[in-house]
Amino acid sequence: MIELKDLSLVYPNGTQGLKDVNVKINDGEFVVIVGLSGAGKSTFIRSINRLVTPTSGDLLIDNENILDYRGKDLRNLRTKVGMIFQNYNLVKRSTVMKNVISGRLGHTGTLKSILNLYSKEDMALAYESLKRVNIENKIYSRADQLSGGQQQRVSIARVLTQQPKVVLADEPVASLDPPTSHQVMKYLKKINQEDNITTIVNLHFIDMAMEYADRIIGMRAGEIVFDGPASEVNEQTFEEIYGRPIKEDDIRGGKEDVETP
Amino acid sequence: MSKPLNPTGRVPTSLVSGRTKLKMNVIMVIVLAFYIFSSYMTNASVLRFDQAFFTNVWNMVIQLFPPNWAYASIVWEKLLETLKMALVATTIAGILCIPFSLLAANNIVQNKFLYNFIKMFLNIMRTIPELILAVVFVGLFGIGIFPGILALIIFSLGILAKLISETVESIDMNPLEAIRASGGNTIQVIWYAVVPQVLPQFVSFTLYVFEINVRASVVLGFVGAGGIGLILRQQLNFLSYQNVSTIIVITFVVVVVIDYISNKLRRELV
Amino acid sequence: MNINIPPKPQKNSLKILRNIVISIGLAVLYVWTFATIEVPWGRIFSERTLINIDRVIPKLFSPDFTFASKVMDYMMETLFIAFAGSFMAAILAVPFGFLAASNINSNPVFNTIGKWILNADRTFPEILLALIFVVAIGPGAFAGVLAIAIHSVGMLGKLYSEVIESIDMNVVEAMEANGANKIQIFFYGIIPQVIPEFMSYAIYRFEIDVRASTILGIIGAGGIGTLLVISSRNRNWDEVGMILLVIIVFVSIIDYISSAIRKRIV
Ligand SMILES: Nc1ncnc2c1ncn2[C@@H]1O[C@H](COP(=O)(O)OP(=O)(O)OP(=O)(O)O)[C@@H](O)[C@H]1O
Ligand SMILES: [Mg+2]
Repeated sequence: MIELKDLSLVYPNGTQGLKDVNVKINDGEFVVIVGLSGAGKSTFIRSINRLVTPTSGDLLIDNENILDYRGKDLRNLRTKVGMIFQNYNLVKRSTVMKNVISGRLGHTGTLKSILNLYSKEDMALAYESLKRVNIENKIYSRADQLSGGQQQRVSIARVLTQQPKVVLADEPVASLDPPTSHQVMKYLKKINQEDNITTIVNLHFIDMAMEYADRIIGMRAGEIVFDGPASEVNEQTFEEIYGRPIKEDDIRGGKEDVETP
Repeated sequence: MSKPLNPTGRVPTSLVSGRTKLKMNVIMVIVLAFYIFSSYMTNASVLRFDQAFFTNVWNMVIQLFPPNWAYASIVWEKLLETLKMALVATTIAGILCIPFSLLAANNIVQNKFLYNFIKMFLNIMRTIPELILAVVFVGLFGIGIFPGILALIIFSLGILAKLISETVESIDMNPLEAIRASGGNTIQVIWYAVVPQVLPQFVSFTLYVFEINVRASVVLGFVGAGGIGLILRQQLNFLSYQNVSTIIVITFVVVVVIDYISNKLRRELV
Repeated sequence: MNINIPPKPQKNSLKILRNIVISIGLAVLYVWTFATIEVPWGRIFSERTLINIDRVIPKLFSPDFTFASKVMDYMMETLFIAFAGSFMAAILAVPFGFLAASNINSNPVFNTIGKWILNADRTFPEILLALIFVVAIGPGAFAGVLAIAIHSVGMLGKLYSEVIESIDMNVVEAMEANGANKIQIFFYGIIPQVIPEFMSYAIYRFEIDVRASTILGIIGAGGIGTLLVISSRNRNWDEVGMILLVIIVFVSIIDYISSAIRKRIV
C-alpha cells in the first residue's frame, strides 16, 4: 500500500510541485492521474521512487517511510518500483536483451553486472518478459532499430524483469499514435491484472483514462482536486479538473490495431 | 531621354560605410605593423631571403640526396621503439582518461566546484607542449624512453579527457534515469547507460590521439626522451645528411600509413 | 523455470573471422610491445629518483620570481616568432588554398598536387623543420620563424581550400554573366566570401603556433625553449617552474583572447 500524508514538494527554484497531497493507493489498483501540463503529475509519480524528494510530509510504502531512504535502501526501493517513461529511455545503441536485462541490475552485484554474468534464471526471466509483450523476436536487435511502440514494449519488458510490486508510468503513450497507444495501455493493464502489480499512470487523454483506469486522480497546481473510481467519472468531471471545457486534443480516440509484433 | 538619376546631386563615394572602412584599415595597419616589428625582433625580415639564404638551403637540400639505404636497419629499430612509446602512452592515457572525462562532464558531476577544478586542471595540462614536459621529465628520471612516455601520457590525457568529456556531455540522459529508477548504483548507471553511448567516439578519439602521439614521439628524442629523434639529431650534428634523409623518408612513410589506417578505422566507427 | 532462450544469431562467418583476426592481432601487438619495450625500471624506481623528485617537485612549485623578467623577454620572443610565422603562413596559404580547391581550380592534376603538398607539409613536425634550418642557416629565431611559417601553411592551406570549396558559386556565375573578368570575379565575388573565415583560421593557427614556438628554443631556434634547456641542464628547478608558469599563463590568455575574437568574426 502506498500512502501519501500531507506530502508537499517545493523545487529549489521555489515552484510548488506538490501541495498537501493526501492519498492512499491499495495493492493491485490501476490508478490514472490526469491534469493539465504543469499540474504536478510527474512530480507525484517521481516522488514514489524518489527520483525527486518531497520536502515535507510522509510517503509510506508498506508502512515504511521512504523519504529518508538513502544509498542501499533507496536502490532497494527502486528495484521494487518499476518505471516507464514517455521517451522509453532505452540505451539506443544496446540490444533489446541488454536493455531488458538491465532491469535486474538492482538484484545483481556490480562486478557481475559489468561482466554480464547473469544467472540462468535472470536470463530466462528477461526472455519471458519479452514474450509477454510479444517482442521476443527482436531480442538481439539494437534498440534504435525498433519503432516507438516496440521500444515502449521493450521498456515494459524491462520493468517486468525487475519483478516490481509497483509500476509507475509517466505519459507512456504521449509519443505514440492512437492504435499503438491502446496496445501499450492494454499491456500495462494486462500485467496489472495478471501479476497484481499496483500501477500508476499519468495520462493526458480523458478517453484513455476512463477506459483503462480503476480509479482516477485529478490534479491542478500541485493539489489533488478529484479522486474517485473511474466509473463515476464523466466529461464534466474532467472539465472541473482542468478548469476549462474539454478540447479535441484531450481525446486520443482510435482503436487498437490488429496485433503486429 | 534619361533624366539625372540623383536629383539632389549627392553621389556616394564608397561601397562600404566610412566607419567600416576606417576600422578595416586601422586593423590592417596594426597587424602589418606588428608583423614588421615581429620580424625585426626575430631577425626574420623578408630581406633575409637573399642569395646567401637560398644557397645555404639549397646546399643542404642537395646533400640530403640520395638517402643512404644501408642505414635503414638502424632506422627501423629506432622507429619501432618510437611506435611502441606511442602505443604504450596512448593505452595508458586511454585508461586514465576515463575517470577524468567523467569528472569533467557537467551532466555526470553535480558538484560545480569539483567539475570546474577538473576542467581547469585539464586545460592547464594541455597548455604545456609534450616536448617541454619531456625536458622536465628527462631532468627528473634521466635520459631514456620512460620520461618520453610520461610526457606523451600527460599531454594526450589532457586532449583525450577534453574530447571525451564533451562527448559525455552530449549523451542522452534518459537511459541514465531509467537505470537509476530500476535500482542501479552509480557504477551500473555508467556501465549500462553511459558507456554504450560513448564507446564508438571513445575508440575513435583514442585512435586520433594515437596519431598525435606517433608524430610527437618522433621528435621526443631531440631532448633525450627516447625514440627516433635521438638518432635524427645525432646524424644531423654529424652532418651525415644522407642518413638524415633515410630517417626522414622512412618515418614520413610510416606516419602517413598509420594516419591512413587510423582515419579509415575512425570513419568506419562513427 | 525452463525456457530456452534463442541463441544469438550467427553473424556472417567472414565478420566473425575478421573479429577474431583483429582480436588476436591486437593481443599479440600488446604482448609484444610490453614485453620488448626497454624501460630501465630499476633505475626509475631507484632511491636516486626518489631523492630527485623530493628535491625537484617542491622547487617546481615555488617558481623563482627574480627570474621572471628574463623569462618574459624570452616569452615575448616566442610570441614574435609565432606571429611572424603565422602571418607569413596566412599569406602563403592563400595560393595553395586556391590550388587545392576543386571548384576554383578545375584541373584535376594541379588540384591533386596541391592537396598532396599540403598533406605532406602537415606531416612534417615544425620542430624537425626548425632543426634542419638551424643546421642550414645557423641557430636563431629566424630558423624558428621559417619552420613555423612552412608548417602552418599545410593546415591553413587545407582549411582555406575547404572554405573556398564551400562558397556560393551562384555569385561567381552571376558575375560571369555580367561580363566580369577573372580578376574582377576574384576580388568582388570570391574574396569577400572567404575573408572572415580565412582570418578566423589564421588567428586559430596563431594560437597553435604560440604553443609550438615555446619548444623551438630546445633545438636552438629561439624563444623561451632556449631558457628551459639551460635551466633544466643546470638543475635550477625553481627557474624551470617559473618558465612553466609563464608558458601556462601566456598560452591560456592567448587562447582566451583568440577564441573571443574568432567568435566575433564569424
Ligand atoms: N526540476 C524542476 N525544477 C523546478 N521546477 C520544476 C522541476 N520539475 C518540474 N517543475 C515545475 O513543477 C511543476 C509541476 O511539474 P510536473 O512536471 O510535475 O508537471 P506535469 O503535470 O507532469 O506536467 P506535464 O504534463 O507537462 O508533464 C511545474 O510548474 C514545473 O514547471
Ligand atoms: Mg510530466
